[in-house]
Amino acid sequence: MKVQQISVFLENKSGRLAEVASILADADVNIRALALADTSDFGVLRLIVNDTVKAEKVLKSRGFSVGKTDVVAAEVEDRPGGLYKILSLLGRSGLNVEYMYAFVQQSQKNAVMIFRFDNIDEAVKLLLHNGVKVLSGQELYAL
Amino acid sequence: MIYDIRHETMPREDLESLQLRRLQASLERAYAMVPFYRKRFQEAGITPGQIRSLADLKNVPFTTKQDLRDNYPFGMFAVPMDMVVRIHASSGTTGKPTVVGYTARDIEMWAELMARSLAAGGANRGDIVHNAYGYGLFTGGLGAHYGAEKLGASVIPVSGGNTKRQVLIMKDFKPTILTCTPSYALHLAEAAEEMGVSFADLHFKAGIFGAEPWSENMREEIERKLHLSAVDIYGLSEVIGPGVSVECHQAKKGLHVFEDHFIPEIIDPNTGKSLPYGETGELVFTSITKEAFPVIRYRTRDITSLNCEPCICGRTLVRMNKVSGRTDDMLIIRGVNVFPSQIESVLMEIHEVEPHYQLVVDREDNLDVLTVKVEVGEKLFSDKVKKLQEIERRIQKHIKDYLGVSAKVKLVEPKSIQRSEGKAVRVIDNRKI
Ligand SMILES: [Zn+2]
Repeated sequence: MKVQQISVFLENKSGRLAEVASILADADVNIRALALADTSDFGVLRLIVNDTVKAEKVLKSRGFSVGKTDVVAAEVEDRPGGLYKILSLLGRSGLNVEYMYAFVQQSQKNAVMIFRFDNIDEAVKLLLHNGVKVLSGQELYAL
Repeated sequence: MIYDIRHETMPREDLESLQLRRLQASLERAYAMVPFYRKRFQEAGITPGQIRSLADLKNVPFTTKQDLRDNYPFGMFAVPMDMVVRIHASSGTTGKPTVVGYTARDIEMWAELMARSLAAGGANRGDIVHNAYGYGLFTGGLGAHYGAEKLGASVIPVSGGNTKRQVLIMKDFKPTILTCTPSYALHLAEAAEEMGVSFADLHFKAGIFGAEPWSENMREEIERKLHLSAVDIYGLSEVIGPGVSVECHQAKKGLHVFEDHFIPEIIDPNTGKSLPYGETGELVFTSITKEAFPVIRYRTRDITSLNCEPCICGRTLVRMNKVSGRTDDMLIIRGVNVFPSQIESVLMEIHEVEPHYQLVVDREDNLDVLTVKVEVGEKLFSDKVKKLQEIERRIQKHIKDYLGVSAKVKLVEPKSIQRSEGKAVRVIDNRKI
């Protein structure tokens, strides 16, 4: 019930993001979700791709620092309060969301959010227990 | 004004015989009191008694910063601790500082030399000295302070920092002499301008600036912006501190070395061979009157040349040209000595950091700014921005704690630091000196 995310360290200079995109395109890797967190000096690019192993390999070979992390992809009901429901559930249980971002594709009519937890196993258990749909990697890439 | 007419204008012949007498006594004392020096003499197969002329000095072995480090902290002291009244220290190559000691007579002599230096720059009894050199382990603040008091001037011991308050003091106390690093002088000028205070309306007539290398261009800029006459002062704590040599305000062409206390030599840094007057090489000093911490042929790593032509000011003391470089990679950041190897050892204590770093020095608003670029390798990288920022802060704090300098830390991509022939370029100094 976990999805692999890769993250890439980028300096804040123009063209770096485009370069990552072009390296992945050349390797036939499809970017399914992407979020950039940045400071004034640097940024961390987080990606969900259809082939994590290949993406990591080509980016490393081009000199990037690449990390791999397990994240959770969860369906968020497509109605007001959908996201709030999940966040308050997590908040009540004391599970800290390190960061989150939206997946490009929808699952049926629902939005998909990517969550990064420190304690991922507990988070997955909690979500499932409360009827939140958690997508596997395969399900996610098939969207 | 010449503070000590007798010694500063002594005929060369008399000066040289005084030097020889003092040198012989100083070598005897160091040999008797400091095991390190005794061992060095023995290894070279000589005794102090064999030094019969100033020319014989070149047979004596050199002393290096490494030697001082090996004898950390008090191993080079030539007097018992109960005679040492002051201890100063400057940073060394490994984070261990170089420690120097002074007897009451050393402090007295140093004050005399600083009084001479201030007078050479244009100060006099009755002047008010705004002393913005840092007070503390660094020799600048207390050195200038004691010299100003010895001269009979009034000292404002303002030390470094709090620039706005400094400008207010300059307006209200009407100091006439400024002592600080040349870059801080320019910083003061800018701060004053921002506060709507013009140096033209202040009362300065002269400034004695040192503790970092500076150029003729910078002198012009300081003199224009601060409306005062600027001279260069040189010194290093191992030799005594500031007041080893100073420019006279009449000529402003080379720094008169106080040769009745220190014998300067220029050597070829590669072969160690003595070079004649006029040739450029590494500056070497032998102290001939110091009690607590005598130095014998101490290699300063500073590159310059000596000029023995008579000077219009009347001093007969030889002049050294402005220091033009270093034989090692030492950087002076806001008056603090920094070696790249020190930064490296600080970085190595943080286990996430790999030894891929670069130091970039810029001068922004006339202040030195040190940026430490660190490559983000696999060990350091995290998908959490918070964690990366925490590492930046940790590096910054370590550098400040261990080296006493504030640095900006910039995380950069792997392999982005320029490498020349496979070797990383460790230092980029963008300051125009
Ligand atoms: Zn002169």
